[in-house]
Amino acid sequence: MTLDQDALLSLYRTMVVIRQCELQLARSYQAGTVTGACHTYIGQEAVATGVCAHLRKDDAVFSTHRGHGHALAKGVPPRELIAELFGRATGCSQGRGGSMHLFSPDVGLMGTTGIVGPNILQATGAGYSFQLLETDRVSVAFFGDGGVGNGAFHEGLNLAAIWQLPTLFVCENNMYATEVPFSYAARNTDVAQRAASYGMPGIAVDGNDVLAVADAAQAAVSRARAGDGPTLIECRTYRTRPHAEGMGDGGYRTEEEVDAWKARDPIKAFADRMLDDGPINDPIEQPALDRIDREIAELIEAAVQFATDSPWPDPGTVSDHIFAEDG
Amino acid sequence: MREMTYTEAAREALGAEMERDSTIFVLGEGIGRRGGNFNTTSGFFERFGPRRLRDTPICERGFVGLCAGAAMTGTRPVVDFMFIDFILDSFGELANQIAKIQYMTSGRLKMPVVLRGCIGAGGGHATHHSGSYYSVFAHLPGFRVVVPTTPYDAKGLMTTALRSDDPVLFLEHKSLLSTRGEVPEDDYTIPFGQARVCREGDDVTVVALGPMVAKTSALCDELAADGISVELIDPRSIAPLDTETIFRSVSKTGRLLIVDEAFGPCGIGAEISAQIVERCFDQLDAPVRRLNGAHSPTPFSPTLESAVIPQPDQIALAIRNIAAE
Repeated sequence: MTLDQDALLSLYRTMVVIRQCELQLARSYQAGTVTGACHTYIGQEAVATGVCAHLRKDDAVFSTHRGHGHALAKGVPPRELIAELFGRATGCSQGRGGSMHLFSPDVGLMGTTGIVGPNILQATGAGYSFQLLETDRVSVAFFGDGGVGNGAFHEGLNLAAIWQLPTLFVCENNMYATEVPFSYAARNTDVAQRAASYGMPGIAVDGNDVLAVADAAQAAVSRARAGDGPTLIECRTYRTRPHAEGMGDGGYRTEEEVDAWKARDPIKAFADRMLDDGPINDPIEQPALDRIDREIAELIEAAVQFATDSPWPDPGTVSDHIFAEDG
Repeated sequence: MREMTYTEAAREALGAEMERDSTIFVLGEGIGRRGGNFNTTSGFFERFGPRRLRDTPICERGFVGLCAGAAMTGTRPVVDFMFIDFILDSFGELANQIAKIQYMTSGRLKMPVVLRGCIGAGGGHATHHSGSYYSVFAHLPGFRVVVPTTPYDAKGLMTTALRSDDPVLFLEHKSLLSTRGEVPEDDYTIPFGQARVCREGDDVTVVALGPMVAKTSALCDELAADGISVELIDPRSIAPLDTETIFRSVSKTGRLLIVDEAFGPCGIGAEISAQIVERCFDQLDAPVRRLNGAHSPTPFSPTLESAVIPQPDQIALAIRNIAAE
């Protein structure tokens, strides 16, 4: 795939937004301003970035408990994400969700979920709507290797395949379901291969290579928009922080393994490629990347300020919206 | 007025709404060409085509989860479970997702999903095809739960369900499906949370659900002849529950009996009882009583099965007893 300089810098920018936002949330967790669960996406930025680069605002994304990156890549502003984790009324879920329940339907983020599996089925359902309504919109389910062992994976992929729904199933295989290795949870650890069981295309890519992910996503999105059905994409990647902030990270994986994956940092690898004789004609200069890094640092700082200054939700609204006509 | 069966009435409502709103589609096992195990969609496949009458593989969790995503993105799914017992495979998708999404999005997303299926014992269907379960769903915030008992109500409540933006459980007792009654040809809706006073009386209020309404109604003349005047109420929906109508009745009679085939513990009868005691303890002339089906799985053999369902003689005795307290 060839991309112009703006497109490349846009990929870089999205990955850096995710990274800096996650580092900020980790600091806020340490400081006690983020409470509850906080599952960071650090190390996996290339996946959300590469896939969402091909999505329109009216395409629908359904994500997981590790969903900050998908939210940001789909277009949720960092300040709405940070405000949500701060529990503020200005958060993308108006303080009702926190880290694991991010909703921003206006930009096509149709939810992240605290339960493994349902989002696979919901993406299939969005695909059903888009087909019935005769649109060319597509839906995407992001899920981890942990989701592959869940019945929702089997049922969702089968339904999408038999009805040829415009849905992408993007497995972020980061090798661990919390701390249970995928090599323990599955006898066959090749996720992409499972697509054959459902009669749909399956492809495995290096999930730390944003261009490889974007390439696979482009083909799958085009196929879906053309009415040619779903695709399973397995992105092999790694989270370099613990399962959740505040958790230890020992006992189930080695420091050497973590370090080896840190050395394959998707953002640094992509920056190096752009600075070298990368996939572009005009090499990008370091100052251009530094400028983006600085801009985003300011953006995140302003987002934290926005969240800090934002009001708490009004307790009087606690029972609103249980039903359609409420509140 | 013209008469039709309960199933025909509900089907007429579904057909009319599917004509009116092209975003409604039906999922289920055998609801396409077959027209539904209980004839819920007879003739619809030819009328509405394969995308709106979609036979599914046997994967309730999968297609209920699918409905959540469809409802979030502009279509209006109807799940036809055939036997409602099959819904339990999808409970997580219902309790954790469908019931919560409007709340979690502060109303930015709607959840117009109709979940219909046949409830109840009495046909020798045994324990995996005879449950009711409605109290389970009424316990959770976010669901509308309706239990229509007449053809008229089946049509009106189905129309309301299909126009609602909330998830609605539409539960049809198997013993009522072929019962006949007057049904207007025109469209009409029956609001959720509006009970029907089936018979006015002064001595005992009986709140009955599903087939217990007709069973109790059939006893009322005999009881009246013995000097016991029964006021019979059919709640029609248990979530929301029309406690106001029950409250007014109990304020008059001072006595309340709830007759329900479903389980007693933590059931809708317990809820009605608690609310009435909280609101009108001083108007009660006797303790609130409940007559429920046995708290047991539903066995197959006719002698065993009838032992888990409230029978007319038990209902009559319960009414006579509370009247004498």
